[in-house]
Amino acid sequence: MTRLLPSLRGIPRVVVFGAVLTVLAIGGTFLLDPYRNFQLATVAAYFCATAGLTLLIGQSGQLSLGQAALMAAGGYGYALTANAMTDAGVTGIPRFLAGMLTAVVVSAALGWLLGLAAARLRGPYLAGVTLTLVIAVPAIAAVFSGVLRGDQGLQIAYDGVPRMLERLIAVEQWQAWVAILVAGVVVTGLAALTGGRLGLRMRAVRDDETAARLNGVRTGRVKVTAFTLSSVAAGAGGAVLCFATQSVSPGAYTLAFSLLLVVAVVLGGLGSIGGAAVGSALIVLLPWALGAATAALPLPVEVAQRLSGNLSILVFGLLLIVVMLVWPGGLASLRRRRRASAPTSGSATRDGGDPRTHGVPEATLSRDVAADASAARADDAADPADEHAPPTDDAADPADGAAPGHPEPVLSSAPPTPHRKR
Amino acid sequence: MSQHSTARRVAALVGASALLVALAGCSTPAATGGPDEDIPGISDDTVTIGTHTPLTGPAAAGYSSISAAATAYFAYLNENGGVHGREIEYIVKDDGYNPANTQTVVRELVQEDEVFAILNGLGTPTHTAVLDYLNQNEVPDLFVASGSTSWNQPEKYPWTFGFNADYVVEGAALAQYAADEYPDKVVCLLGQDDDFGDEMIEGAELALGADGLAQVERYSVSNQDVAAQIGALKAAGCEINILATINGFTALALGTAAQLGWFPMWFSSSSGASYETLVEYLGADVGPKLLQGLVGTNYLPAAGGGSEWVSLFRQINDEYNDGAPFDGNTVYGMSVAYLFAEALEAAGENPTRQSLIDAVSSGDLAGNGILPLSFGEDSHAAYLGAGITTVDQGVQDYIGTTYAVDGGTVTTVEPSPVALSGEGVPGS
Repeated sequence: MTRLLPSLRGIPRVVVFGAVLTVLAIGGTFLLDPYRNFQLATVAAYFCATAGLTLLIGQSGQLSLGQAALMAAGGYGYALTANAMTDAGVTGIPRFLAGMLTAVVVSAALGWLLGLAAARLRGPYLAGVTLTLVIAVPAIAAVFSGVLRGDQGLQIAYDGVPRMLERLIAVEQWQAWVAILVAGVVVTGLAALTGGRLGLRMRAVRDDETAARLNGVRTGRVKVTAFTLSSVAAGAGGAVLCFATQSVSPGAYTLAFSLLLVVAVVLGGLGSIGGAAVGSALIVLLPWALGAATAALPLPVEVAQRLSGNLSILVFGLLLIVVMLVWPGGLASLRRRRRASAPTSGSATRDGGDPRTHGVPEATLSRDVAADASAARADDAADPADEHAPPTDDAADPADGAAPGHPEPVLSSAPPTPHRKR
Repeated sequence: MSQHSTARRVAALVGASALLVALAGCSTPAATGGPDEDIPGISDDTVTIGTHTPLTGPAAAGYSSISAAATAYFAYLNENGGVHGREIEYIVKDDGYNPANTQTVVRELVQEDEVFAILNGLGTPTHTAVLDYLNQNEVPDLFVASGSTSWNQPEKYPWTFGFNADYVVEGAALAQYAADEYPDKVVCLLGQDDDFGDEMIEGAELALGADGLAQVERYSVSNQDVAAQIGALKAAGCEINILATINGFTALALGTAAQLGWFPMWFSSSSGASYETLVEYLGADVGPKLLQGLVGTNYLPAAGGGSEWVSLFRQINDEYNDGAPFDGNTVYGMSVAYLFAEALEAAGENPTRQSLIDAVSSGDLAGNGILPLSFGEDSHAAYLGAGITTVDQGVQDYIGTTYAVDGGTVTTVEPSPVALSGEGVPGS
C-alpha cells in the first residue's frame, strides 16, 4: 500500500485500504456458490470477534477466554431487537441497523464492566473471570428463559435479499455482503484506532505497566478501553452471525468455541489483524475440509463416525503445536519473515534494522493491514517518506527493551527475529 | 518512488478492482429451485438424502447409534432392490447437538450435497435452528427426531413432519399412569430447558391438573451437572420423578440421586428411556440395579419384546451393522428408515419433493408403531399416543397400558401394532 499510495499516511491509509479490501471481498462473493458464500459470511462474523480478541491479547496483553460470551451478548441483543422490530412492523435494513446498534451497545456495556474488573486483575485471575462469563452463558439463558428461551435460543424472522438486488444475487450472497461490510467497518475501525496513540499506549501497558504509568499513561483507562473495543467487535460478530443464521442459542457460544477463537488468533499470530483473518478462515474451513476428506476416504463406518467432529479438534491441537514450534509468531509471521529475507539494501543502515522485522506485537496494526498489498518491499526502507512514518515503533522501543520482565510471558509471543541486531 | 507514477498506480488499482467486480458479476449463481429443473438428489438409480445428528458431544452416546441403524436398514433395502429401482444414499453429518453446527451442516447437505430430503434431523434445539431454512427452501424435512409440537404446524411449516410422539402426549401418558397406579405419591418433573421440558410439563399438567406437579426443575444441556436440581427434588419430597431428559441426562439424574442415597421412582419419556443405552452410561455393574422398575413411554416395537419387526431388525443389525449393540435406538433408526422408504414408495416412480410431501400427508402410510400414524392434511404429528414400558430384570417391554391424547384429554386406548409385511421392504 505504501508503494501504491505513498502519500497516504495514518488513518486515511487504513480507511482506504480497509475499503478496498472490503470491495474486493464483496466482488469475490460472485465467484462463490451459495454454500461457500455462507461460509464466507461465517468467516467474516468470526473475523470481527478474532480481530477484537487479537487486539486485546496481542496489543494490550490481557487474556480473555470469554470472547464467545460477548458474541452471545451481541447475538441476543440483535435477536431481541429484531424480534421487537418485527412485532412493530419494521423490516429490512432499518431492522438490521437497529439490531446492530443494540448488539453493539449491549456488548460494549458488558465489555466495559468486564474491563473494569480486568483492569484490576492480571494473568490467571483475569482468565478466570472471563472464563466464568462464558461458562455462565447457558445458565443465564436458562434463568431468563422467559426472554432468552433457554437452550433453544431465539429465532428471528428471515431477512431476504432487498428487492432491487433480488434478480442479481442469491440470499447467501446477500448475507455474505452484509457480513463483509460489517467486518470491514469494525476491523478498519479497530485498525485505525490501534494504529495511533491508543495502540501505542496499549503496547506500553502490555510491555511494562509501571514504566507506562511513569510515562503518564493511565493504564487502567487503557485496559478498559481495550476490553470495550474488543467487546464491540465481538458483539458485532455475534449480531452478524445471528443475522446470517436467523438464530442465537447458548449451544453456539460454548467454552469450546471461545477457546477456538483464542486458538484462531494464536495460530494467526497475536496482535496481527491479517493473522486474525487467517485464523477465522481456518476455524471455519478446516473442520469442513476434514469432514469432506474423511467422507471421501473409504473408511469403515465406525471409524468415520469416531473421527467425525473429533478429528478437527485433533488437527487443531497438532497445528497449534507445530505452528508454535516452527513459527512462534503465528502464520502471519510467515509473511514478515519472507519479506525480511528479501534483499533489504537500505534497512541495514537503520538503527535496529527494518522495523517490520520486530516481531508481531510491535508491528502496528495499520501496517499489518497495509502489508498485503506489496510483497516485495525492498525499496520501502529506502523511501525517505518512511522516516517519519512510525514514531510508534521508536517510542515503543524502550518498553520493548524490558521484554524479559514482561508480566505475561506466555502472551508476549514475540517470535525470535534473527535479523534483529542491537 | 518517484511521484509521477502515483497517479498511474492509483488508476491501476481502481481499474483492477472495478474489472474484478465487473467480471465476477457475470458469474452470478442462478437462484435455486425452478419447477422444471432437475430434482435435487434424484438420479436414475439413486436417491440421496441426509441428516444431522450428534456423533460427538453431550448427546452422542445416547443417539449416535440411530443414524447407524438407519444406514444399516438402507443397506438392507438397497440389497433388496431399493425403492422403484433406486438405491438410497444416506449422508450422515455430525452436529455435536450444537444448533450452530446444525445450521452449517444442513446448509452443506442442501447446497453442496443437494439432498432430496432431510430425514430424521435429531434434537429439539438443533432442528429448531434449521426449521425456517428448510421450509424457505422447500426441502422435505421428514420425521424429525424430536417430539416437539413445533414440527406439527402444517400452515407455517408445510415441509416439516415429526416422528416422535408429541412430548405433550408423552408427558400426559406418564403423568396419567402415575395418577392411575400411584394416586398418593408426590409427582415432580426434571426437564430440559427447551420445548422438550416445556411440553412435557404441559402434558403432565393435562393429566394431573395445573398444580399437579409438586416440584419442577430444569437443566441445560451445556452444563453436565444436575446435582442442584436433584437436591431440590429430593428436598421437595418427590416420590415419582418424570424425566424430560435425553439419555445422557437420564443416566446423570439417576446416578446423581443414587450418590445422594435417594431412590425415588423414575418415569422417563421415550427420548431418554432406552434401557441398553442407559446401562452403557451407568456401567454394567450398577446400571441394571438403578434401572430396575424404570417406567418409560414408547410407540415403536420394544427392543426387548418379541415382535416380528424386532426379529427382522436384529437380523439387519447383525448383517449390515456389524452386530452393534441392539437397543431402542436401533429400533428407532430402522423404523424411521422404513417409514421413509414407505413414503418414497408412495411418492411414485418419479418422485418429486412435492409428491413425497403429498405421500406423507395423504394419511396412507402405516409405519410400524403400536398405534396408527396420525399424518394427514392437517396433522404433521406422527403419533398422538404412547404405550407404557417398564424395565424388569433387564428387559424393557410394554405392560399393555396405552394412552392417547385427544382434544386436551388423556384417554386409555387399545394398542394396535402394525404387522410386518413384505420382509420390511415397502412395495414388495
